[in-house]
Amino acid sequence: MNNLTKQIGQRLALGVGTLFVVSILIFIGIELLPGDLAQEILGQSATPETVAAFRQELGLDKSPFVRYIDWLGAALQGDFGRSLANGRELSELLSGRLLNTLFLAGFAAIISVPLAILLGLLCAMYRNSWFDRTINTAALTSISLPEFFVAYLLILFLAVQNNVFPALAQVESATSFGDALYRTFLPALTLILVVVAHMMRMTRASIINVLSRPYIEMANLKGLSRWRVIFKHALPNALGPIINVVALNLAYLIVGVVVVEVVFVYPGLGQLLVDSVVKRDIPIVQAVGLFFASTYIVLNLLADILSILTNPRLRHAK
Amino acid sequence: MSIKQLEESLKSGLIDRRTFIGGALAMGVTLSSASMMASAATNATPNSGGLLKVGFTQGSSSDSLDPATYSNDFMFALGYAVFNNLTEIAPNGSAQPELAEEYEATPDAKTWTFKLRKGILFSNGKTLDATDVLVSISHHMGESSKSAIKPLLSQIEKMYAKDPLTVVFELKVGNADFPFVFTDYHLGIRPAVDGKIDPMTKVGTGGYQLAEFEPGVRAVFKRRKDYWKQGRAHLNTVEMSVIADPAARMSALMTGEVDLIDRPDLKTIHLLKRRPGIKVHTANGTLHYTMPMITQSEQFKDVNVRLAMKYAIDREELVAKVLKGYGVPGNDHPIASSMPYFAKGLEQRSYDPDKAKFYLKKAGMSKFKTSIHTSDAAFSGAVDACLLYSESARKANIDLKVVREPNDGYWSNVWLKKPFCTSYWGGRPTPDLMFSAGYAADAAWNATHWKNPEFNKLLLSARAELDQAKRTEMYADMQSLCRDDGGALIPMFGQYVSAMNERVKMPSQISEMWDLDCQRFIERWWVA
Repeated sequence: MNNLTKQIGQRLALGVGTLFVVSILIFIGIELLPGDLAQEILGQSATPETVAAFRQELGLDKSPFVRYIDWLGAALQGDFGRSLANGRELSELLSGRLLNTLFLAGFAAIISVPLAILLGLLCAMYRNSWFDRTINTAALTSISLPEFFVAYLLILFLAVQNNVFPALAQVESATSFGDALYRTFLPALTLILVVVAHMMRMTRASIINVLSRPYIEMANLKGLSRWRVIFKHALPNALGPIINVVALNLAYLIVGVVVVEVVFVYPGLGQLLVDSVVKRDIPIVQAVGLFFASTYIVLNLLADILSILTNPRLRHAK
Repeated sequence: MSIKQLEESLKSGLIDRRTFIGGALAMGVTLSSASMMASAATNATPNSGGLLKVGFTQGSSSDSLDPATYSNDFMFALGYAVFNNLTEIAPNGSAQPELAEEYEATPDAKTWTFKLRKGILFSNGKTLDATDVLVSISHHMGESSKSAIKPLLSQIEKMYAKDPLTVVFELKVGNADFPFVFTDYHLGIRPAVDGKIDPMTKVGTGGYQLAEFEPGVRAVFKRRKDYWKQGRAHLNTVEMSVIADPAARMSALMTGEVDLIDRPDLKTIHLLKRRPGIKVHTANGTLHYTMPMITQSEQFKDVNVRLAMKYAIDREELVAKVLKGYGVPGNDHPIASSMPYFAKGLEQRSYDPDKAKFYLKKAGMSKFKTSIHTSDAAFSGAVDACLLYSESARKANIDLKVVREPNDGYWSNVWLKKPFCTSYWGGRPTPDLMFSAGYAADAAWNATHWKNPEFNKLLLSARAELDQAKRTEMYADMQSLCRDDGGALIPMFGQYVSAMNERVKMPSQISEMWDLDCQRFIERWWVA
């Protein structure tokens, strides 16, 4: 087990290094975009004087290098600054949005992950049957359609034509849990349709891969039931790739849903990030960008740990 | 159409009284009862109470309550609901006193005295006085101000309180339209705290209090019980949400999740109109689309070239295809037909490739090659408009290349910089404000760098002229100068289009200055 702790420690250290690099890249990226916050907010009504006054107030007249070092110094002490555009504290600005994003991602994940794995197993079990073909076709169709199109179709059929679910997923702090589930059902369903295919196909492929091994043939010859062969003998050996694909999709559910947020008017982090990039509000872009990067790092780390734990060969690596 | 629908159209101002009576007679109603019905419908007293839910296109997570940074419809409507101004734009387009009870000018229009109403209460119980007015306005002035209205306020030489309810403004030059300045959304009056305003304050004298505000997401307004203005602020609660996606906005209206949306998608609006219980409202506003040619540039310094360019565009086609019919052709000057001093006698310019060729020849050219820089940041459909222009210009021997620029940084890198580009103006309530913002020689946004001495002389003398007849004549001359000599090609004026549930009601005449009754719908409209 010591070996594992050491590995986790190494990965975490690497993760921190990655975050540092990401913060530099984000900063450079925003600097490369034409215009700055003062020009973007004043837009067509900017005059040289007002832009200069704006820049001076926000410290945008300093060189980019100085601004980055200032930001980094404060960030290392846990102060990620406040929004340049409206002076709101990041904690206040992010907390609600972050919860919303995690809620929607969690909602979609709780349904899509078990569903995808179950369908994958069933497809592997009855491979090349009509069931397998139908599920595969349906999943591939839903992943091939762009998210916004899936969302529009769901709105058309489930909100406009039959008033079953609301077209807007408007949630606020006062919304009860049950109500929030009802209001976010359509965006969650859109996400489920988009992510299920990937996980399902990977489950199916890795199980089929394992099923062709001699020890499975042995298990079949012993007369074990099909379920027992799959669950007890095949699944544990196929878990590695499945876990990795699940982690990738979970990360996507958190960081990649801005289109769904826009279509359903769901106040999550994606919309905040887009607005902040448009206005060049660097502290917010940094905070959200770093959160997204950490999501990837942590989920990948978890996936690796789980893969190691489920594979005795990796656990006792020489 | 049933008699009930006819009544609805009359109430919402879609048809006038004459059309209503004509329609009612055709349905077999007698003249006297038709006339009575018409009066009943138009005099329908606004309902008090109720909830209005609004879906807005604009609004961003980076919005701030600081009035110096207001830059989109969402914040304009918010500002007008929570705060009052010194003056407001009346439904007929004139300026009328709001927090000011009355105002008067010296004969040279250089010194203006505003008398404030007595006993107006802020929502925190403070009484309005002259200091509040002074600090609210000086927030937008001076070196360190980052406000977009700063250039307009630079005409104020000095302002001071004569007594607690009287504010005096001394101007650098006379300005007969000065009261219009205070209708601007930046200039809502906030209470003074230690000699200045708290920019983030939610305390105003308006009819509503801001109960909730999440920038870029939503705002909730609750009616104040002690609002001073009579016959306004009918709704109990107003909820505004930002719904940037047009399809989402329209489906939210169709499913009843909102009652009112701005800017429905014009490509699919016919589907919305078919839906029972939903009405579409249009207003001929001051919004117009422009294609400024920089008159100092090598290629456009000859007025004949500019005229050739103006004759080479098919305005009717642009209105039909880009605006889907929701607009009117422009006449190369920025004054809308709904504005005071609009020159009715000026001939409408139309597409004429032969005239364009004639002016090219006058400039000593048989062919002309240039490019127009555009992006949908200028206005939605700008790129399409330029492509259509390029096609119609070809027939006039003009080779117009359309250069698509990125939306990002369009206003800082393309507008005012490239010799020929696309732009828009939300418009201003008076010719003076419009011309001094975008056409005066020294204007910061003189996008065409046009410096016509006669025009600039007229601008100054018309500004201080209190004689209406003389003034009308001067503004007509200026419109004609702008049309024939100026660098701005103004192909079309857009209409403001909104869509709403039938239970949303508005007065028979609404202001057409900006969208949604000058963004004052919260205190002027009601629900049945």
